[in-house]
Amino acid sequence: MKLAYWMYAGPAHIGTLRIASSFKNVHAIMHAPLGDDYFNVMRSMLERERDFTPVTASIVDRNVLARGSQEKVVNNIVRKDGEEKPDLIVLTPTCTSSILQEDLANFVERAQMDAQGDVLLADVNHYRYNELQAADRTLHQIVKYYLEKAKKKNELSQEKTAHPSVNIIGISTLGFHNQHDCRELKQLMKDLGIEVNEVIPDGASVHNLKNLPKAWFNLVPYRELGIATAQYLEEEFNLPYVDITPMGVVETARCIRKIQQIINEQGTNVDYEEFINEQTLYVSQAAWFSRSIDCQNLTGKKAVVFGDNTHAAAITKILAREMGIHVVLAGTYCKYDADWFKEQVSEYCDEVLISDDNGAIGDAIARIEPSAIFGTQMERHVGKRLDIPCGVIAAPIHIQNFPIGYKPFCGYEGTNQIADLVYNSFTLGMEDHLLEIFGGHDTKEVITKGISADSDLNWNKEAQAELNKVPGFVRGKVKRNTEKFARERGFSEISLEVMYAAKEAVGA
Amino acid sequence: MTLAQESTSLQFECETGNYHTFCPISCVAWLYQKIEDSFFLVIGTKTCGYFLQNAMGVMIFAEPRYAMAELEEGDISAQLKDYEELKRLCLQIKRDRNPSVIVWIGTCTTEIIKMDLEGLAPKLESEIGIPIVTARANGLDYAFTQGEDTVLAAMAHKCPKSVKEEEEKEERNAIHKLLNFGRKKEDISQEESEYKEHPPLVLFGSLPDPVVTNLTLELKKQGVKISGWLPSKRYTELPVIDEGYYVSGVNPFLSRTATTLMRRRKCKLIGAPFPIGPDGTRAWIEKICSVFNIEPQGLEEREAKIWESLEEYIKLIRGKSVFFMGDNLLEISLARFLIRCGMTCPEIGIPYMDKRYQKAELDFLEKTCNEMGVPVPRIVEKPDNYNQIQRIYELKPDLVITGMAHANPLEARGINTKWSVEFTFAQIHGFTNARDILELATRPLRRNNNLKELGWEKLVKEEAKI
Repeated sequence: MKLAYWMYAGPAHIGTLRIASSFKNVHAIMHAPLGDDYFNVMRSMLERERDFTPVTASIVDRNVLARGSQEKVVNNIVRKDGEEKPDLIVLTPTCTSSILQEDLANFVERAQMDAQGDVLLADVNHYRYNELQAADRTLHQIVKYYLEKAKKKNELSQEKTAHPSVNIIGISTLGFHNQHDCRELKQLMKDLGIEVNEVIPDGASVHNLKNLPKAWFNLVPYRELGIATAQYLEEEFNLPYVDITPMGVVETARCIRKIQQIINEQGTNVDYEEFINEQTLYVSQAAWFSRSIDCQNLTGKKAVVFGDNTHAAAITKILAREMGIHVVLAGTYCKYDADWFKEQVSEYCDEVLISDDNGAIGDAIARIEPSAIFGTQMERHVGKRLDIPCGVIAAPIHIQNFPIGYKPFCGYEGTNQIADLVYNSFTLGMEDHLLEIFGGHDTKEVITKGISADSDLNWNKEAQAELNKVPGFVRGKVKRNTEKFARERGFSEISLEVMYAAKEAVGA
Repeated sequence: MTLAQESTSLQFECETGNYHTFCPISCVAWLYQKIEDSFFLVIGTKTCGYFLQNAMGVMIFAEPRYAMAELEEGDISAQLKDYEELKRLCLQIKRDRNPSVIVWIGTCTTEIIKMDLEGLAPKLESEIGIPIVTARANGLDYAFTQGEDTVLAAMAHKCPKSVKEEEEKEERNAIHKLLNFGRKKEDISQEESEYKEHPPLVLFGSLPDPVVTNLTLELKKQGVKISGWLPSKRYTELPVIDEGYYVSGVNPFLSRTATTLMRRRKCKLIGAPFPIGPDGTRAWIEKICSVFNIEPQGLEEREAKIWESLEEYIKLIRGKSVFFMGDNLLEISLARFLIRCGMTCPEIGIPYMDKRYQKAELDFLEKTCNEMGVPVPRIVEKPDNYNQIQRIYELKPDLVITGMAHANPLEARGINTKWSVEFTFAQIHGFTNARDILELATRPLRRNNNLKELGWEKLVKEEAKI
């Protein structure tokens, strides 16, 4: 047992659901108790999704405990198959079904006999994997299933596309700025003269998976999601992959050079150096920003970085290598992939922290007292408490981290966005600091906000206590409206009764 | 799938139970705030933690007095000893927070692996010196607000009995004196005389303090004294409950608590409609008064006045229809209030319907429908969300009260929705808060009225399947 207040990566089934709901016309059925379908709320709220999330639960209740699920799971799969005609139904185990040890594989087999679509059991153990690992595994499982199916039916064409082409692997729902990154990557490929063969899993149809081998190579922008699939495609189909995250000016160039090498090996003769130069110097503002006076002022400032592998590593490199910022500590919560992270960032920071305990990172921040933090929503709140500005660079995230405006982290536009994020975090901190030194903008306390400057009304003790219970941000309004009400009706003292009467009359 | 015809008595149906609601462990979110000296320990898995973390949003960052005891593989396979593990965690909590009570929330996992929380608690309680209350608020058995019911039912066992000995009385008197500190003796006795003679009344149900004050005051106007409230602001202030006390519930989802108070504490339950909406509040007070043989004073005028002040909201919803998908058990009372406001209601979905505990409320609903001349709604227990959405497409209600999973998709299809969970957290009880209910219920209509000119109602491309 572990005492836990907060977690960075969610439970395994969330990863599976993220993959299933990213595909078009794929439905997930969770074998779970009532209330475990909270994923639908998150998707509907955070992504402001217009469509119903294609996830339902086959409810585990007392009856199921007593007698086993029996026909229930099978019926739910077949029913969903009839109602919505999905191409694929993914039966998703949860922590509850992990301990029940029901033979879900058998249910899937039986359901498959009656269902028109395909039925799969997600192969993830709740107690062994977290959200990110489960997502990686599920994507691999689905891709493998459809490629083997196509092979059996002799539908698999291994012929490459005429022009160089790429599969972008790992764009998913509820991923940090994934939609924007996807658009940016597609644009980058277009600029490089590379066709996008397939993007998976987001918006993809399972019927198109058999086209994956037609691409010349795979691009895996995120460390956490897609590597297993890319490795599988490399082993089975000899399809090379690029796993350098194009985040930051230097890494984007490195990614492009790797792409150049891979496609030249397959018979083209492209040279992207000119393109990289043009983009770096004139399209992206980040290189110029690094030379400008603004960025000079950031030299040697202390920062702490924490997040998932992809983003924490990329941001650490950008801060240290491209902006001259002193990264005291870089950390990740991807404990299962810690070696990769250490190898990526060791030369760019003083300390490396591998932990999924938010207390540990909070304490480290308090000890280091950096000028800015780049982390998750949790670190943002640590920053609030310690008065240190924080830029959010990785999940877990809130609704404000799903912006409607175009905000990629990848590619050349991504470098601009990151420069803004970094710069805004630091200047805000500086401004705050200066204000404190010089005593704020206004040297006098604000005397009144209009209307009732000097109150001549008497609040009795109970009413005053009640008023104090009103949340701070509306208390002023409640006070003003109540006093206005009391004045109009000629009350000289405000009691609880007057307060309620005011609320009833004017909604104070 | 025939819809409620012009029938005048309530019909009950039961569907498949495939519906969306919050897990009952969410009750820690409001209970830890209500009971200030408590600490809630949810014994479950990452799934439970993930839900709480996301559902509670910003509250998580405010150093809440709740935590997960996250079960690991060793706990599931019994390689680790439950007792030792819980002891280690509870000692840590005692050291860091020093609460007056630790509430263990049992989850689906503790049910399945049959962890004997009720058995472990008394032993550990005496070893570490902090009371431990055990509540099985799991998704196998309960929905959303029923979580509070399981916690309060467990707490009902812990309420003290009045002590007969003289010195104890003296001590209680001393506290009383302290509470009345600085007030003249005449004032106090005058205050006592404001109440009529009646047996002790204890109310149950967790409400925000301002609402507690408000309802207390409403009953005081009738000369009814509330001797205690389950739960109180602090665990150490749980009310005295003796055999023969009267109790009354303020929320529709408290049937286990009611049962416990009646059977185990030998209390008499005043079954009344719930004080939601001015009609409900009046009926609630009248019922309590009638049990105590008190003639209620000025209630009719008071109710009329509230209705008058609500007119501008009611104008917006009169004649419109509302559909409850059902997820928090407040549905019957809210529907009854909205029907009184002039709405029609084809369907009330509800997770669980205790026809005995809610009897007065159900009768009141039926009566309200007849008086307003509208058909009674069909009441669908354990609804099936998929079927409900087909019915919503058919009925095209003016307002759907539903969970967040369906709200945005329905809005995108041009159907007004109100997020049901807000009714659980807003102040909706008593005369004064009727306005807040309507503020919530009319918000989508007011907002969409503002946007009407734009002609952007349906925002999905094809008539999408769900």
